[in-house]
Amino acid sequence: MINALSINRLCKTYANGHVALKGVSLEVAEGDFFALLGPNGAGKSTLIGIVCSLVNRSGGTVSVFGHDTVTDAAQARRCIGLVPQEFNFNIFEPVQEIVMNQAGYYGIPRKVARERTHQYLEELDLWDKRHVQARELSGGMKRRLMIARALVHRPRLLILDEPTAGVDIEIRRSMWEYMRNLNEQGTTIILTTHYLEEAESLCRHIAIIDDGEVIENTSMKQLLMRLQVETFILDLARPIDALPDWDTDRIRLVDSTTLEVDVHRGDSLNHLFEILGEHGIDVISMRNKTNRLEQLFLHMLDENGPGGDLNDVA
Amino acid sequence: MTWLEKYIAYKTILIREFLRFIRIWIQTILPPVITTALYFIIFGNLIGPRIGDMAGFRYMDYIVPGLIMMAVITNSYANVVSSFFGSKFHRNIEEMLISPLPNYVILAGYVSGGIARGVIVGIAVTVVSMLFSDLKVHDAFIIISTVLLTAALFSLAGFVNGVYARSFDDISIIPTFVLTPLTYLGGVFYSISMLSDFWQKVSMANPILYMVNTFRYGFLGVTDIDLFTAYAIIIGFIVALYVFSLHLLRTGHGIRN
Repeated sequence: MINALSINRLCKTYANGHVALKGVSLEVAEGDFFALLGPNGAGKSTLIGIVCSLVNRSGGTVSVFGHDTVTDAAQARRCIGLVPQEFNFNIFEPVQEIVMNQAGYYGIPRKVARERTHQYLEELDLWDKRHVQARELSGGMKRRLMIARALVHRPRLLILDEPTAGVDIEIRRSMWEYMRNLNEQGTTIILTTHYLEEAESLCRHIAIIDDGEVIENTSMKQLLMRLQVETFILDLARPIDALPDWDTDRIRLVDSTTLEVDVHRGDSLNHLFEILGEHGIDVISMRNKTNRLEQLFLHMLDENGPGGDLNDVA
Repeated sequence: MTWLEKYIAYKTILIREFLRFIRIWIQTILPPVITTALYFIIFGNLIGPRIGDMAGFRYMDYIVPGLIMMAVITNSYANVVSSFFGSKFHRNIEEMLISPLPNYVILAGYVSGGIARGVIVGIAVTVVSMLFSDLKVHDAFIIISTVLLTAALFSLAGFVNGVYARSFDDISIIPTFVLTPLTYLGGVFYSISMLSDFWQKVSMANPILYMVNTFRYGFLGVTDIDLFTAYAIIIGFIVALYVFSLHLLRTGHGIRN
């Protein structure tokens, strides 16, 4: 199968001498939902900019569904839809016009463009705003407008650069659902985000980029398996004054109705609840203390190197 | 892209550009019409009679073609430079850069938008001038061809300025310090035959002189320069600016960095 995206030894040095990418190689399979993570300034946006022909590369190659982005640029660009990090539409143009113009740039006839614009604006809950100037939209609506615009030419590869930044939780969840559906329908998606629960929830593969280099590139499952210890917060049905005298330091009392428990990989949660039950402690709810991916992500950035020792990640 | 797809893309840019300046007609169409009307009143009606005839015509009739051409030049230039820089500033230029649009289609779309504004403003100024002057057509082909070629030339020049501009200040430097002086010294208000030999020779280095005189010939049938030379210079500038603009787009200067 042809990869949706193949990046080989990609380099970028800006005119001011800043080296943004240091020989990045990466492959994204067709149909994948791929997370590209990294701290601010890591090189993610430069990488996306080069893939989308918005930034000139200094070295290396990029191909999209087998089309080189330089020698076969038109075909490569046809395959890509981009939802950029920053709003990049003409704020004085009406919503419908922005999407239809984008279709026009791809040579899509007006009638087809109108139908697709209707479809995507409807799906993204923007149809009622079609005659409104883009500057009058809320932040969440602007984000959805950029998604509609990116989809109007039906790209096979959709790149979402922080698509839910600054969006309230309700809209964010509905956007997740929308992206999940798109992916199920066959669109390959690359997602960059600072909301790590978003990446964990949506993506099957992940690459972490730091200081212009890929420091991790694996499946989400494999990555999360490296987490040796997870910390859970347990809410208790009744308050307790102190912890029973048991032989473990893995359970800590946060306050009278909250316990913090470290669970090592392979440990049975049933066993934990048995111990709690024996001491008359009833648990009414349980949650992760921090996002699992976030724990790993921060550790890897601290280590700043591929294959960093993750065996004691807590 | 197929030719049909390219045509659809070109039409999209052209319509977008057209709607852009039509939507804000109070800022784009009306001001040059008012300014030119003031020129007619002050230079034509008030001062003109004291100047007397020029090249055998009333002073008012003599300056009308030059003033129309001045409006075409400044507006075709301003349209492209402001639109392209605005697209860079708001980053919506990226909408086109990520699409499979060939560079020459992008350029053609912007230039056509500039020509459209130049021609519309030119027509509006011509209509106003008819209130002050008895305008007759000597050669329609020369009038139309000169307007279109001049608008194309200054649209391309505006495009180059738009590519290089990094701030809104940069898009007004060329019009203020280059375009306006060259236009005023390009024979809009006088015949270069009034100048000394030395200044006549200096004036011949001003490309706008050729456009104004050719256009004036289309109305009045008089010119200070050779028409063939004028067309060669105009077309030469167009070709040079077109090639340079395409080079800037291909290398991504100021837009893909």
